[in-house]
Amino acid sequence: MTDILRKVNDSRQRVTGGIGERWRALPRWQRWLGFAAFVAFLYYLPYLGIPGLVWLRTDYISNGTNWASVLFICAVYVLVAIGLNVVVGLAGLLDLGYVGFFAVGAYSVALFGSANSPVVHMIQAQFGMPKGWAVAWAVCIPLALVLTMISGVILGWPTLRLRGDYLAIVTLGFGEIIRIVARNSEWAGAAQGINGIPGPQGAPSPDNHIFGLLDAKPWYWLALTVVLVMVFAVRRLENSRVGRAWLAIREDEDAAAVMGVHGFKFKLWAFAIGAALGGISGLLFASRQGFVEPLGFNAQLSILFVAMVVVGGSGNMAGVALGAFLLAYLPERFRDFNNVRVLVFGLALVLVMLLRPQGLIPSRRRARELKDRAEEAPVNVA
Amino acid sequence: MNFDELFGHLGQHTVDGLAKGAIYALVALGYTLVYGVLKLINFAHSEVFMVGTFAVMGTWALLGATDGPSFGMVVLLVVAGLAAGALASGATAVAVERIAYRRLRRMNAPPLIFLITAIGLSLVLAEAFGLWQGRIVKGMPDVVRHDIWLTIGNTEISNRQIITVVAALGMMFALDRFINGTRYGRGVRAVAQNPDTAALMGVNQDRVIMLIFLLGGLLAGAAALLWSIRYGITKFDIGFLVGLKAFTAAVLGGIGNLRGALVGGLLLGVVEVYSATLTSSSWEDVAAFVVLVVVLLFRPTGLLGESLGRARA
Amino acid sequence: MLPKQMSSPEGESPREVLLEVDQVTLRFGGVVALDDVSFTLRKGEILGLIGPNGAGKTTCFNAMTGVYRPSSGQVRFAGTQVSGRKPHQINRMGIGRTFQNIRLFPEMTALENVLVGTDARHKTSVVGALFRLYRVKAKPEELPVVDAANGAVRSWQQVRRAFARVLGISRHTLEERAGEHKALELLRFVGIADRANELARNLPYGYQRRLEIARALATEPQLLCLDEPAAGFNPAEKADLLQLIRRIRDNGYTVLLIEHDMRLVMGVTDRIVVLEFGKKIAEGTPAEVRENPKVIAAYLGVPADAA
Repeated sequence: MTDILRKVNDSRQRVTGGIGERWRALPRWQRWLGFAAFVAFLYYLPYLGIPGLVWLRTDYISNGTNWASVLFICAVYVLVAIGLNVVVGLAGLLDLGYVGFFAVGAYSVALFGSANSPVVHMIQAQFGMPKGWAVAWAVCIPLALVLTMISGVILGWPTLRLRGDYLAIVTLGFGEIIRIVARNSEWAGAAQGINGIPGPQGAPSPDNHIFGLLDAKPWYWLALTVVLVMVFAVRRLENSRVGRAWLAIREDEDAAAVMGVHGFKFKLWAFAIGAALGGISGLLFASRQGFVEPLGFNAQLSILFVAMVVVGGSGNMAGVALGAFLLAYLPERFRDFNNVRVLVFGLALVLVMLLRPQGLIPSRRRARELKDRAEEAPVNVA
Repeated sequence: MNFDELFGHLGQHTVDGLAKGAIYALVALGYTLVYGVLKLINFAHSEVFMVGTFAVMGTWALLGATDGPSFGMVVLLVVAGLAAGALASGATAVAVERIAYRRLRRMNAPPLIFLITAIGLSLVLAEAFGLWQGRIVKGMPDVVRHDIWLTIGNTEISNRQIITVVAALGMMFALDRFINGTRYGRGVRAVAQNPDTAALMGVNQDRVIMLIFLLGGLLAGAAALLWSIRYGITKFDIGFLVGLKAFTAAVLGGIGNLRGALVGGLLLGVVEVYSATLTSSSWEDVAAFVVLVVVLLFRPTGLLGESLGRARA
Repeated sequence: MLPKQMSSPEGESPREVLLEVDQVTLRFGGVVALDDVSFTLRKGEILGLIGPNGAGKTTCFNAMTGVYRPSSGQVRFAGTQVSGRKPHQINRMGIGRTFQNIRLFPEMTALENVLVGTDARHKTSVVGALFRLYRVKAKPEELPVVDAANGAVRSWQQVRRAFARVLGISRHTLEERAGEHKALELLRFVGIADRANELARNLPYGYQRRLEIARALATEPQLLCLDEPAAGFNPAEKADLLQLIRRIRDNGYTVLLIEHDMRLVMGVTDRIVVLEFGKKIAEGTPAEVRENPKVIAAYLGVPADAA
């Protein structure tokens, strides 16, 4: 059975395998042009009307979800993937509780930005603010960043010295603890959650012309812009001493330490940066959705996040972005798929690990790493 | 914090906790066996347990079980349930190893790949059952009617609790004998300590590994039966919580240490019941997570230490 | 050229003590890997650490570089205690090392491996790498290079140069360029510059050993600890290595060398310390050590009182 799959993979390899190499061989300016064209296409996507590609739209089928809404979710998940990629792919730390950071970001804007939040009510009572007052949406952004980065440091500080699989389990535990605390705490809205979360134009109201409930396009463009900025930022880090340090730590942490690399510091930074990105995506998500509830931030979502990074190709931003896109897009476009969404992703996870552990679009290093390991495998004494 | 309730009925809560924990202990043995030998957290073990509960449910339905059957029927149902659960869970565990883990071992895959694959398998199994049996709670008949068999002071000990604890202890004892007294058990210990040397001594690694997965599965199946007797319900996703708690129990006792799994399970059960009593039932699950985090941070080797390799199982 | 270390003025003796291993004992459970070992190392000398297999030589290195913490005793470097500190801190203080079993970063190129070493001395922080706001005035040779290979000078590169002249270049960019420059220098110094862009795991064995040395030197240590750098070398390679070690010392570094090849050790070291079963059994010049009956006994197993 696996042999059949391997043959399929090999033929696919022959067709698409050379693409990465040929792309990298192109002169710099041509690659920049290609990238710019691609970005322009991304912004154009909500209007997708090209005859051959129209069927990609989720509203192609009757009763399909609003296309721009889906694109928005895709962008949010891509942002999550990029953040998780910093933790898992670049620093090599398996974080199974990433949904916790997503939740902190979402709850930051909920707790402080919504006029219906218990925390805001407390502040209103304490400082004598008017009834409809809440923290401005724009101020919630740095607030969310600070809170998520702090939670990243709090999580990372004691746990980063743990061995890989233990770290994974502890992060899973933390994620669940956050969810259960949110569910059980009145000040966090308990099980019903919090609604009335504002967008960039303020509290949800029919007067919001741009960032309203109906038109998702501006939301998508906002999220897309954030994604592009973050991709640029992470790239910068990758191509600096920070990226080198992360790679050295992944390869051989003890040797790196002896060469002056402070492993703990860089791992903690990876956690904090990953947390910040998770928080921003959570904030965007909550702002558009208008409400948050603890049920939406469960362990299964955490695992799906890891799945999209790993299936896409951890360590490689294009790969994880693809993984994220698939996770967000497929269930919407192929509606009956929604029922089996988790099953398919679990299956994809297993199959990818067994057949192509470097992911769909692997980072070159990762692919080499795994191939070399396989070649070194000791011959089994049966 | 409801201290009065806790200390007023300390005995009762302790007994409740021990009975609860005995089930965790049996599942924990599966985690600890696999981790002790392969250094792998078998995430899919939680679904191995879940499959067992569905097997028990199905068998009881097949045999026409109803609430409070006659004594003969009870025996039949328990034995059949045990066989079905053990078989189903054992088969699932072995299948998982054969299809997925063995291939990864051949590929010399890094440990994280193993973990991620395990997670994927766990998802697949849970979702498959969710689709097949529905994402709802499935009820089972009351096969062993709740009955108080022992009363000490204001502590009432039920038949189910006694059966559970006795069964768990018995199986633990049997496993202990197996690991320490038979040549198969020796093989397990050898592979746990040094797989390459064991192979050179003629121990068939693959067979030993299949054996430990089988053992873990059988015990999980037994746990599934006890669970069905005690709670009478199952759901496609009970694996997650039970599995995580059982894993916590294994870590608490000392992962890789068989007796540790028993101690950890019993202790965790008691801690859970105590915290639920002190606060409220909605915080019950947090207790396990907190224990997990605390143990891994401060004493990752657990109470009894890692030691599958050593003679003292 | 290789960054020169400050050497003590001519004729001043005794030379300053750089490293003190002071009654270090290291226990692993029941095993005593190092038993009350003491020796000192002076600036500018090449000290050999020899002994039969299992004597504790690498363990001693590990105790000195922070991989292990001594059970008792102290290691002092330039007067400050290092035992008990973290490895990266000790490296900052000035001790660099190579590994007996070669621990390069296999999926990085030779150049990248050395760059990790140069990073150790760079000041750009994580925030600095991200925002690159800390700018310094660029010297003409540090400005972005115009494409000379092509002959034609591209206009956008002229623009970059103009910007850089006005805004300066970020410390990140400066350090990256300096790092690459220095890394190439080091690769040339150890003789493997021709394969700078090959993956470390694909390099021939001799290149890998020398790459480890280059990487350690990149961290700008005062003391360089080499753990069996000649293992597996043929005589010609060993001769080259001997020259390399001498060149390293001539550039002002102090060297501590673990080696099994006696000819190499006798040929390059100023002094030797001999370990056996975790204890120091002899110390002195090569000539002294060579004649020492205890050393002979340790290696050959001949009873010490037999002539």
